Amino acid sequence: MQTAALPTYHTDARNPQRKARAMADLAAGFVSWRLAWALARLDMRNRYRGSVIGPFWVTLSTAIMVAGLGLLYSQLLKQDLATYLPHLAVSLIVWNTIAALVPDSTTCLTSAEGVIRQLPLPLTTHALRCIFRNAFSAAHSLPLIAVVFLVTGHMPGLEAFMVIPGLLILGVNAFAASLFLGMICARFRDIGQIVTNVMQLAFFMTPVIWRAELLGPKAPLLLLNPFYPMLETIRAPLVEGGMGGLTVWIVALLYTALHCGVALAFFIRFRSRVAFWV
Amino acid sequence: MASIVADNLTIEFPLYHLGARSLKKRLLSKAALRVRTDDSNRVVVSALRNLNFTIQRGERVALVGSNGAGKTTLLRTIAGIYEPVGGELTVAGQIGSLIDPGAGMDPDSTGRENIRLRGLYRGMDEAGIAALEEDAATFSGLGEFLDVPTRGYSAGMQVRLSFAMATAMAPQILLMDEWFLAGDADFMQRAEQRLAALVNGADIMVIATHDFEIVRRWCTRAIRMNAGRIVADGPVAEVLDVMQGVVPAPQPAG
Repeated sequence: MQTAALPTYHTDARNPQRKARAMADLAAGFVSWRLAWALARLDMRNRYRGSVIGPFWVTLSTAIMVAGLGLLYSQLLKQDLATYLPHLAVSLIVWNTIAALVPDSTTCLTSAEGVIRQLPLPLTTHALRCIFRNAFSAAHSLPLIAVVFLVTGHMPGLEAFMVIPGLLILGVNAFAASLFLGMICARFRDIGQIVTNVMQLAFFMTPVIWRAELLGPKAPLLLLNPFYPMLETIRAPLVEGGMGGLTVWIVALLYTALHCGVALAFFIRFRSRVAFWV
Repeated sequence: MASIVADNLTIEFPLYHLGARSLKKRLLSKAALRVRTDDSNRVVVSALRNLNFTIQRGERVALVGSNGAGKTTLLRTIAGIYEPVGGELTVAGQIGSLIDPGAGMDPDSTGRENIRLRGLYRGMDEAGIAALEEDAATFSGLGEFLDVPTRGYSAGMQVRLSFAMATAMAPQILLMDEWFLAGDADFMQRAEQRLAALVNGADIMVIATHDFEIVRRWCTRAIRMNAGRIVADGPVAEVLDVMQGVVPAPQPAG
């Protein structure tokens, strides 16, 4: 009959074809992005089930934080409120997104344990789900940026469009982190705790509430902090009226390439073991 | 043609979060047979050990054996969830799995939303999902409850929904963990017809079960497993008669 058309699944432990299978996983995961999208929407809905303002709690808490920190730190750092507030609003929203996404990615596979051990789904789907739900959550804070810009009269120029490649860089890194941290935290359960601590430290080490210029001649050292160029590629086009300089973009791309390389290598090598880890 | 071929198929479960060295020692000394340390000094449980079998089109295979024999692990391996650490496995044919019919259900979503979600899990397109929704909604007979979150369902209603969703398929290879029937008398009868159609429509069925009546009624071949190995493989009557003590074992499995 139709012998050639049969879908065939073949594994051979002596020739595991890890690379081909990892690529097939990625491809299948991206093709079925609608599943990840639907699951992420369910996550959002279920997280705020029964809540009156729901995900707008994110907006509200960010708004309060921007107002409070803005008033205090513009005084402490001797900054003009009208220029400091747009900086702070964008920084905080981007940072909150990163700070929510990273710990979330550490559990993106272990929390899907029930599904991973029952259905042969691509792992990519779980990573995408994690990114989508964090993106939905972050999207609720976007109106805040518009409000702050309007209130302070800050008007970014055409270079604001450079925020798109900036967000793209963030998205790619988020995906790499979800796969990598998701896998490594499934295997070593202590890493999740370490990551949480690192993120706390990173908040203070990264120019989120302060400006890089305050470091004076030592400012270039900030490039050693991977979060800084990531943040700057999004913030500079929107706030500083420039693109943040070529160095920042090159460093951001270098970190991204490194991050993706490590994540991909790990994914290729250990993808098939995840079902035993979760 | 649909087929399943296993050649020296081996699965080992690593026991990672054991912690204390003493626990590891105790475990190893107690169950020296299946729990062992592998080359990189991890404690592993040998779940499937060097399985060899070929299942051809038309066969209805029962996996029998006590708890922990490796039946469900074998089903999951065939389904592509666990990748073998040793040996080869070739599965030709589209797989339909009834291993855990409730997997991936979201209790906060309505019955209808869960059906659509299941369609997405199976990678269906919009038309396929609409057909699945229609089919599962009708068969489950849940009526207005379809638009109520499944959290609010009775246990029986939940089973009806997951049965209706899980059996709305026409796979070439059907994998089943225990014969899957539930519900009140009326539903049970309809369910049995539907399951029979599903089984008869599949080229191959592999079922793990403890119910010998089901095995005798539905299966053509039985594979008896013990501690991750195949200890008997043959026509149902032959394997089961030995297990049930109707005839003595020809050779004690060694």
